[in-house]
Amino acid sequence: MSPPTSPILSVQPTRGLVDEKLKVVVESLPPGSPVTLHSLHHSEDEDYWEAFGHYVSDFRGMVSVSEDLSFGGTYTGKEDMGLLWSMRPVPGSRKGLRLRKMNVCSPMLHNISVYSGHVSEGFREQTPLTSVLVERWYMAPGVKRIDIMEKGVRGTLFIPPGPGPFPGLLDMWGGGGGLIEYRSALLASHGYVSLAMDYFNSQELESADLEFKYFETAFNIIKEHPQVIPDRVGMFGLSLGSLVTMHVAAESTIVKPRCCICVSGSHFYPNTFFCIAENNHHVWRDMWIHLLDDPSKKVDVGKINCPILLVNGKDDQNVPADECAEDIALLMNAAGNGHLLSRVLYPDTGHLIEPPYSPHFRASNFKAAGVATKTVMLLWGGQTKPHSDAQEDAWRKILSFLQHNLYSSTPPRAKL
Amino acid sequence: MDRKRCTLKLLVQPSRGLVDEMFIILVQKAPSGFQLTVHALHKCEDGHSWEAFGHYTADTIGTVNVSEDPSLGGTYSGVEQMGLLWSLRPVPGSKPGLRLRKMNVQIPMEVTISVYQGHQTEGFMDQVPLASVVVERWYMAPGVSRIPITEDRLSATLFLPPGPGPFPGLLDLWGGGGQLVEYRASLLASHGIASLALDYLTPKITMETRKMVDLQYFEKAYKILEQHPQVHGSSIGMLGLSLGTSITLKMAAYSEVMKLRCAVCISGSHVQPVDGSMEDILKHFNKNADRTRVSEENEFIWRDLLLPVPSDLAFKVDMGRLKCPLLVVVGEDDQNWPASESAMDMKEMMEQAGNSHLLTVLSYPNAGHLIEPPYTPHARASLFRSMATREKMMALWGGETAAHSLAQEDAWRKLLVFLRENLYSGTNPGTPSLSHL
Repeated sequence: MSPPTSPILSVQPTRGLVDEKLKVVVESLPPGSPVTLHSLHHSEDEDYWEAFGHYVSDFRGMVSVSEDLSFGGTYTGKEDMGLLWSMRPVPGSRKGLRLRKMNVCSPMLHNISVYSGHVSEGFREQTPLTSVLVERWYMAPGVKRIDIMEKGVRGTLFIPPGPGPFPGLLDMWGGGGGLIEYRSALLASHGYVSLAMDYFNSQELESADLEFKYFETAFNIIKEHPQVIPDRVGMFGLSLGSLVTMHVAAESTIVKPRCCICVSGSHFYPNTFFCIAENNHHVWRDMWIHLLDDPSKKVDVGKINCPILLVNGKDDQNVPADECAEDIALLMNAAGNGHLLSRVLYPDTGHLIEPPYSPHFRASNFKAAGVATKTVMLLWGGQTKPHSDAQEDAWRKILSFLQHNLYSSTPPRAKL
Repeated sequence: MDRKRCTLKLLVQPSRGLVDEMFIILVQKAPSGFQLTVHALHKCEDGHSWEAFGHYTADTIGTVNVSEDPSLGGTYSGVEQMGLLWSLRPVPGSKPGLRLRKMNVQIPMEVTISVYQGHQTEGFMDQVPLASVVVERWYMAPGVSRIPITEDRLSATLFLPPGPGPFPGLLDLWGGGGQLVEYRASLLASHGIASLALDYLTPKITMETRKMVDLQYFEKAYKILEQHPQVHGSSIGMLGLSLGTSITLKMAAYSEVMKLRCAVCISGSHVQPVDGSMEDILKHFNKNADRTRVSEENEFIWRDLLLPVPSDLAFKVDMGRLKCPLLVVVGEDDQNWPASESAMDMKEMMEQAGNSHLLTVLSYPNAGHLIEPPYTPHARASLFRSMATREKMMALWGGETAAHSLAQEDAWRKLLVFLRENLYSGTNPGTPSLSHL
């Protein structure tokens, strides 16, 4: 008795970095047969996320996700990474979920499966024809992770493999607080010593002498690291982190970032973030004592004297990114340093512009850092497909901006 | 070059791959025409260090691409995409006779790839490289399950591919060194075949009773596979290397229990006492122990112990009884077994019996005995604990490194195609041979 022909699914690479592309190919299907390609992820928070596409095999019995079109599912058209970026919580999940990897020392696991026919629901009740497991890593092999608790600064330092020395980055997230490591881990995998900073934990900050001394200290921790090139340290911020970045770049007499990346930030000291934490206004006052003196104050961007890249989404429902970017350009041009500014603005893209291929959430549960704030459903904005395209394009531009400014911006040396 | 301002970039893709996957090594932003050495360093489970290196010259835009540019010297030369792995050898000062074998397949091999300035040949450990990255090489794909098997007094490990199955199955046998060696079975499971690595020389039962296993031991292993809910019972093959070939051919030709869909025999022979037990088989090999030769470097050559291939049918497997496709892989420089001579005789027997359409022989010039999965170091000789004398002796396996590595790469690819064709598709046994490959 001969065995039935079962289709063969191959996914390359089975162990890759989260910003690497996947090649998904199915072979040995009957020609012209409808199949569903499905990806399933079980998150650290115990939720299930899935994505799927409807395909039809060709005359050779093959489906290639990078070449063929999806006719339905969580994404359509020719989308080589659709099985990752279009993931959403499975039906019946809790509301307002956001997918974020907290433990970067282990990979994200995705089950990629092939189902017969064009299936749209009930995947768990069916047996797929075949499936493979794919690992997606934030940390390349050899990247070192070091807990930092120094001079009042709390964070995690990621160091690329090799002798170095390397350029450095101070990496800051937004008003949600906590110590979010994944972007730093990924940046270290690209050759930058990166410090993920926890700067919104009220316990620590109440006792420290606040203001931007905290950030200057953090910056210097990187700068003084034996494996860092001292004059090649930049700053990378998202949301509130952008505001901090611009502020330090403009006002610090001690710290001179080599370049700055500001994603989804505004240069107004009070921004819409602050509105939801009315109960907790006093904590933030303590933190930003100089910054909130005048609620209408803006960062004096005319004083920034390093290259700065602004990355924004036009559909950002959290900060008025478009208007801010315009205003920053005006101010910098007026001050004569407009040549340092680059900006990209993506249509139908929301606030959370993250490393590529991670799922998009138009809104999610948000609890501002600090005591006694309630969890609200915060609208971030963006439509999934354009937002995902923006993440992919932005990341590429960010890496190239960093490469240009931190790795190779000195004039070429004379030949040896 | 001022290291503080060095902008040289080193990239290896993929940074985490399977052992049989190729990688791309790219050096960029070196000065134009810069001379550099790309170096690989691996510390194995036994604590020994292995290294390989190639000498390159960057082009006008400061790039070296190991898959396209020739190595001008080192442990390999010419355009060799995977040279940094297959030409790995123990670092100077290591003890002689080492062989690299991964015993714990659940964690990867870690290889550090570095770039050094200039064309260097030694003293790498005393220098700081210009750049280096770490690469992981895995014998197990994500999702492969590793299941120790102890029922029926077997010493075995089953590797199941990820997914619902059912999968074709494979019995995986190594040779006279014994032990439970898992890495080939785990790699085959990573390719979709439920594979059972079987220890048949040093299993728990032999260590306890001091008796060798009987032939039912192998049939029990087959049954475990056949009855497994995730294995396709009618799609089971067998793969043996060296002594494992003897068992594979015996089972394929004579077992009433095993209905093999296909068989692969690497570096072995069909010469054995036909009705013999394990003990009889080993005794037969040792009968001619006086034919052992010793090389100039005091390495033992055992290939003559089974020569000449007998014409007496009591001492070789009746190849005419085979009913399934058979892939035979031999190295023409095999100094341990007379694999080439045996393959020729097997072919003759099958031609006479009328079943030679089942046979494919892959014969590799300058390849030795240990034809293993690709991109792993070649051991021309190594310390081997002989089952007969129980002493550790330096065995000469044979093979010239570059040719042997090429043979491993080609044989593995063809082996995977052979297994996929015979175990996966709905074709019946007895399809035309794949000798056109």
